Amino acid sequence: MRDDLRQISVWIPEGATVLDLGCGDGALLAHLQRDKNVIGYGLEIDQDNLVACFENGVNVIEQDLDKGLGTFQSERFDYVVMTQALQAVLRPDRILDEMLRVGREAIITFPNFGHWRVRSYLGFKGRMPVSSALPYEWYDTPNIHLCTVRDFEAHCRESGIRIIERQVVNRHHRSGALTRLMPNLFGEIAIYRVTR
Amino acid sequence: MPDSFPQDSVGLVQPRTLHVDQPLELECGRSLPAYDLVYETYGSLNADASNAVLICHALSGHHHAAGYHSQDDKRPGWWESCIGPGKPIDTDRFFVVCPNNLGGCHGSSGPTSLNPDTGQPWGPDFPMMTVKDWVKSQTRLADALGIERWAAVVGGSLGGMQALQWSIDFPERLRHAVVIAGAPKLSAQNIAFNEVARQSILTDPNFHGGRYYLHDTYPRQGLILARMVGHITYLSDDAMRMKFGRDLRSGRFHFGFDVEFQVESYLRHQGEIFSRNFDANTYLLMTKALDYFDPAREHGDSLENALARTRCNFLVMSFNSDWRFAPERSREIVDALVQVGRSVSYSEIDTPKGHDAFLLPIDEYCQLFGAYMGRVADEVSAHA
Repeated sequence: MRDDLRQISVWIPEGATVLDLGCGDGALLAHLQRDKNVIGYGLEIDQDNLVACFENGVNVIEQDLDKGLGTFQSERFDYVVMTQALQAVLRPDRILDEMLRVGREAIITFPNFGHWRVRSYLGFKGRMPVSSALPYEWYDTPNIHLCTVRDFEAHCRESGIRIIERQVVNRHHRSGALTRLMPNLFGEIAIYRVTR
Repeated sequence: MPDSFPQDSVGLVQPRTLHVDQPLELECGRSLPAYDLVYETYGSLNADASNAVLICHALSGHHHAAGYHSQDDKRPGWWESCIGPGKPIDTDRFFVVCPNNLGGCHGSSGPTSLNPDTGQPWGPDFPMMTVKDWVKSQTRLADALGIERWAAVVGGSLGGMQALQWSIDFPERLRHAVVIAGAPKLSAQNIAFNEVARQSILTDPNFHGGRYYLHDTYPRQGLILARMVGHITYLSDDAMRMKFGRDLRSGRFHFGFDVEFQVESYLRHQGEIFSRNFDANTYLLMTKALDYFDPAREHGDSLENALARTRCNFLVMSFNSDWRFAPERSREIVDALVQVGRSVSYSEIDTPKGHDAFLLPIDEYCQLFGAYMGRVADEVSAHA
């Protein structure tokens, strides 16, 4: 399992109800179902991912995140998770609001656009950054709303979203002295647990 | 036609009949003292009877879901696209059972069968059936076949409604319910279309109050009209545009009321075939069963309360061009299931084929359906 998913599964307690936005092949939910008795649902639109979820025995609902979560009742879930998809939705601010409407807490991961390598790529090469965390060219990238750790935290402050926990890690999903000291410069992937 | 059947077909099949002597108490207050259920099976039942799949048919369906009845049978069963070796409902792994519903006209007790009290065909006196009654009658078939618990109950359209009813009425008797192109109840518009179909039959001079068998005739025109209006609702606007457009049969206008546009020709042809093969009283009865279907009604009009009784896992599928039972109708089921914490997966298939899509070999649909059923098969074999 991916390390950011491992971190998330540490945060989610036994028996919780979980909604996973853009759940991919359902790896996280499969793990949570098996090891933590979680009742979970994933949302996906990709055919291959839907098939993979079916095969993995994960509940998956075909639903476009850009159309909101209006079909789910408020506070239906303990946790609403979105890994590596915040930057790819049309309105990250609205989806965040929706996540915190249908869930008590939200867990979000995104690639930090403030990482020094991204900055230097743009600063020195003068080209849109391409890296392992951001593997796309400017013209084909699904990442239309990239942000930095500082951007995200500023948005949370302005929107009354409380950050409960933060993990900022490097490309190997490890956190060290540098990522702790200067997360916006040395963190490649940011993992947040937030609530209203 | 075929000397040998296609590799992925169940091949030659034979219907069987279960006679039940135990009376069936019906929702309408009446009871059927005894009845026949005709059914087909494909594949083989495993030692612990855990791999059985029940197929519930739709409005004009029957027990012949797959395979061929004879070497020169031109057409296979109605769900040949999804049932067979290696198909979504894989007969190498599942024991598949498909009955004809009570009130039908393909061998199970219905308006065309003899009323033991009179020695005449039941006709309009055959009791009104509901989805709930059908499900209850299907439990008798399960009992007779030694099936305590279905691996899955599967159906499209009205068949999906039966699967849903199974999950509510007999929660312990199925592991999975697969509800395709269904709805939790009919809308006013759905009922309206059914009513037009019924009125066209009821007002046909050859209907004779439903006792047309005694007059050696049948309401042919009424059945044709009923099917024509029904058929329009099974196709999408796009599907009709692609299939017919405004094509003319002879290439020019005739300024009359004979068939000119291809779509007219098609509808009349479909109606004609249907009228020869389907009983009018059955059509009336089946459309009423659709109209009455509303499992929430006996649970305080709350679908969530109704579904809170369920224990099985659900697969719900819809088709984006289906306007008869549109995706939103399937979502009502999904959302209620999520609200009560049931296991449910949902897919909305992108196709222009409309409501009828559930019968067609559409890649995306068959792939997902097969993936889900494969998982079901793994589960029951792991369990064995």
